[in-house]
Amino acid sequence: MTLYGRRRLTNAVILALSFVATAMGLLVLFLILGTLLVHGVPALGTALFTQITPPPGGRGGLANAIYGSVVMTVVATLAGTPVGVLTGTYLAEFGRGSAIASVVRFINDILLSAPSIVIGLFVYEVMVVPMGHFSAWAGAVSLAIIVVPVVVRTTENMLLLVPAGLREAATALGAPRWKVIVAVIYRAALQGMLTGVMLAVARIAGETAPLLFTALNNQFFSPNMNAPMANLPVVIFQFAMSPYADWQLLAWAGALLITVAILVLNVLARWIASRSIATQ
Amino acid sequence: MTAIAEPTAVRGRMRRQRLADALFRNTTRAFAIGVMALLFAVLGALLLGAMPAISAFGFSFLWTSAWNPVKSVFGALPAIYGTLVTSAIAMLLAVPVGLGIAMFLTELCPPWLRRPIGTLIELLAAIPSIIYGIWGLFVLAPVLQMTVQPFVVDTLGNIPLVGVLFAGPPLGLGVLTAGFILAVMVLPFVASVTRDVFQTVPAMLRESAYGMGATTAEVVRRIVLPYTRVGVVGGIMLGLGRALGETMAVTFVIGNAHRVSASLLAPGTTISATLANEFTEAVGDLYAPALIELGLILFVITFIVLAAAKLLLLRLESRDAK
Repeated sequence: MTLYGRRRLTNAVILALSFVATAMGLLVLFLILGTLLVHGVPALGTALFTQITPPPGGRGGLANAIYGSVVMTVVATLAGTPVGVLTGTYLAEFGRGSAIASVVRFINDILLSAPSIVIGLFVYEVMVVPMGHFSAWAGAVSLAIIVVPVVVRTTENMLLLVPAGLREAATALGAPRWKVIVAVIYRAALQGMLTGVMLAVARIAGETAPLLFTALNNQFFSPNMNAPMANLPVVIFQFAMSPYADWQLLAWAGALLITVAILVLNVLARWIASRSIATQ
Repeated sequence: MTAIAEPTAVRGRMRRQRLADALFRNTTRAFAIGVMALLFAVLGALLLGAMPAISAFGFSFLWTSAWNPVKSVFGALPAIYGTLVTSAIAMLLAVPVGLGIAMFLTELCPPWLRRPIGTLIELLAAIPSIIYGIWGLFVLAPVLQMTVQPFVVDTLGNIPLVGVLFAGPPLGLGVLTAGFILAVMVLPFVASVTRDVFQTVPAMLRESAYGMGATTAEVVRRIVLPYTRVGVVGGIMLGLGRALGETMAVTFVIGNAHRVSASLLAPGTTISATLANEFTEAVGDLYAPALIELGLILFVITFIVLAAAKLLLLRLESRDAK
């Protein structure tokens, strides 16, 4: 075979392999979604949203777990977002080029990928042990700790995208720095910052590991934030690992609910982000 | 009168604004420092919680493999071994596939398809760990047990030296299955970081190579990869950091056995799976501290890997800025 022929052959093989790699990645995604639909859809029904988790062999739904997940996610987002936004503001507006800012940025990126189970251990040590019992508050705090780095990252990136001309124009009009940031920069970057918060919600909605040692689980409906609270991920974990067919069915239904919610949030966030960049 | 009154009013307002400015700036800085302190608080809390175990077992905790809650004897070796081996399998599988996807997206894919396909691959990263776990347990493990595992037992299992890795009955659950699941989970991280760094290659370099008659494969191997080497390694390390700390998916499929087995088909455990399974049931003076020490070890390992990844990616950035 000529050199030219060999090079063309190598090229064709490598390109084919890269095509196969992409096809495999997409295949896995569709396989997972397909499995969830096949197992989860038959379990859908109004009982899922109105009845609480049953004992083995009984009939029931996931109402208490859905309630718990929503409540803890909302509390965690409300607590984590301001911390993330203010930190991101410091990094983008005040700390540019300063040593503190680069250290914070570095540590934030590490927290972004830190194992979530370690966050659970941390909150167990600082909240569950002193309080003497598991609680929904502890669960919400551990989720909030996961929200913060996501929001810091996107806030900083979005504020940096705001054109310097806007800052200068507002400053030239005599606006003090805080007013420039709150009334002009935040408004310009609002869509992007919203994307960050949505991605953070999507990230914590399915987090299981940090809740195992903090919110624990609850077989019953309990609105008390100071007590263990049922939540979808831990219920899925417990039910899927159980030998009971009806529990496993509920686990599939819960898995389908969480995945659909998270994928919708993700796609929506990306759509908002791409629109906000397009308008600038 | 107004001529005198106005400046004082203005001066008063100026002072208020300056005060508000300082307040705002310091508040944001306080929160930034708070985020920084969080890392040290995590480290401190884990260290404090692990203290009884650290003083009881010393460094031998790291290389002994006893795990006996009844007798309060604990060793971290099986968990550390499982964590490293599952992550190694995951990277072995995910890196070539991730590079392939990045190459497809930057070199081969028609431009109008780039965004949709890239987004779909990134959505793999959005699927929660627990979903991978339940999928791995009910779908992947039986499939591996029926097809892949008997095949490797019959073929690779007979080769001397390598055979030890693939000995034993195909159980479906075990270290190899956990590695497979982890590979799928880190794939989107490797693929998207690699794609992003591939895109930093100046069009001029790429086009010069094409102009000299290089094939696409040659451009990627001789131009793109050398140019982005640091970034690609950074992306791989980022994926590794994720794989090391992954909890739920592994807990479902690894089989949870505290032992070091030569065979990859045997059940094992990882640090995070041990924590997820045992922490809430840990009673006794040393059980919980031993588990917290495991968490501390995990945190330190992932910290080192992630910090290295970040430094490599920063180096690439600063080079691009020049």
